[in-house]
Amino acid sequence: MRQVVRSGDYDLDLEELVIEGEGDRMTLSVGPHHPSTHGVLRMVLEIEGERIVKATPEVGFLHTGIEKTAENLTWQQAITVIDRMDYLAPLSNNLGYVLAVEKLLGLEVPPRARILRLLFTELQRMASHLLWLGTTALDIGSQSVLMYAFDLREGILDLFEEASGARMNPSYFRVGGIAQDIPEGFEDMCRRFLDRVPERIREIRNILDENPIWLDRLKGVGVISAEDAIAWGVTGPNLRACGVPYDVRKAFPYAGYDEFEFDVPVGENGDCYDRYVVRMEEIMESYRLCRQALARLPRGPVMVNDRKIALPPKHEVRQSMEALIHHFKLVSYGFDVPAGEVYQALESPRGEIGFYVVSNGKNKPWRVRVRGPAFYNVFAMPVMMQGALLADMVAIIATVDPVFGEVDR
Amino acid sequence: MEMTNNQFFLTSVEKFVRWAQKSSIWPLTFGLACCAIEMMNLVSPRYDMAQFGAEVFRSTPRQADLMIVSGRLSNKMVPVIEQVYRQMPEPKWVIAMGACASSGGIFDNYAIVQGVDEVLPVDIYVPGCPPSPDAVLYAVLKLREAIASGQAHGGVMRA
Repeated sequence: MRQVVRSGDYDLDLEELVIEGEGDRMTLSVGPHHPSTHGVLRMVLEIEGERIVKATPEVGFLHTGIEKTAENLTWQQAITVIDRMDYLAPLSNNLGYVLAVEKLLGLEVPPRARILRLLFTELQRMASHLLWLGTTALDIGSQSVLMYAFDLREGILDLFEEASGARMNPSYFRVGGIAQDIPEGFEDMCRRFLDRVPERIREIRNILDENPIWLDRLKGVGVISAEDAIAWGVTGPNLRACGVPYDVRKAFPYAGYDEFEFDVPVGENGDCYDRYVVRMEEIMESYRLCRQALARLPRGPVMVNDRKIALPPKHEVRQSMEALIHHFKLVSYGFDVPAGEVYQALESPRGEIGFYVVSNGKNKPWRVRVRGPAFYNVFAMPVMMQGALLADMVAIIATVDPVFGEVDR
Repeated sequence: MEMTNNQFFLTSVEKFVRWAQKSSIWPLTFGLACCAIEMMNLVSPRYDMAQFGAEVFRSTPRQADLMIVSGRLSNKMVPVIEQVYRQMPEPKWVIAMGACASSGGIFDNYAIVQGVDEVLPVDIYVPGCPPSPDAVLYAVLKLREAIASGQAHGGVMRA
């Protein structure tokens, strides 16, 4: 069918603007280099006019071979590549992996390490949600929110830098504890940062919550029902926005989450707006958890006292032959992990991230399989996009919060 | 450039063009992996690349003259990055941001191109995993120097 597009305001015959296709249907390829795809996603859209009839995501543009690379590294070294998978929440990845390996080893980490891990993963969740907020707001058209969100996120990156030496990809956790204790004055620095959070979040919500453009672009857009979401394996804030209160921290508590008080915010409609509200409330829940973690942070070691796993203290290495041998062995060969297989799930900012780790008793993982939540969330996008307007695609991709390091791995 | 007493500048056309080019570098929004997040930080309030006239991130390659390759480049992405680079008008510059873009980084495996210079001409390499935004700012400043001095040809073939 020949379709001639005419402009209403001008009496011009725009014969050049002819769209040809089968019927009214047209295929549009978006990405992998497109500002709205949040990374390297390619969307093949079949559209009728402005309506999306069918959306097919194509992934794999950032395939890094992380799982395979991890098989060639020792158990401790593998933490560094696992960091770079979901690069908005490297510490959540770290935590899942080290918990899985600790399960295989039957290790119990010291209480200080456990609570510090919780503190850092919750800070990480705040950082991830803030970055999501900034980029989503930018996609919808609000640049000032990006500035507010990034400004607050910088505070968290400073904390990471102070403790681990790196702003992103800190590789801070180790099998058996954490790499080193937090520096002096860190707790005060953390409290000073946390003092800023509620005020700033209120400020951002004041800008967005009743903003007519924001509401028009997000309310009732990209709806997915709870049944569909569960059937497609959607987890995290995207699932909770549909009203399903599934949170791994509550359902299968790990790392001592059962000792802490926090709520699981849920939405009702499963649309883009609810996904926004759920994430904003989750920031405040993480804030609560951080406060509690700081309040009950005990003194003590941050690594297990097992010379077959943890590096000996430096002053001992200089004096004791046995410590030197242990140090050398751990750094060069690593340690063996008893044969077996284990699955450890945890709640990353994007949903349930699972680590299925298999050991054959050697010093390297035999297999590290990752269930990346963003992968499943991306493939639920076609359901959300069914019948949506082309412009809504931007809002849907943004609010699902895919991270392609994790989708493609 | 030299100033005369009659309040006008004397300069060569080439110097003037280079001055214009270095003073408003428009980077391309081309995020690949972790480094893209730090690249986004360049426009955030703390780092503010606007002070060097390089904050106008363009989404279309046709309006950009600097490609910051931010992150690991997989084999599947190679044709895409080549096409995007070809679509950029000359002169155009490339910064390889981070260890992966510079050399493959920690991913020495079947999936990752061992340095983006295997497919594109790179002007500046930035080490780090990921480099801090300060490091990228420094790279942009170095690129400005190289443009001003005529060292970075910007993808233009010279006889």
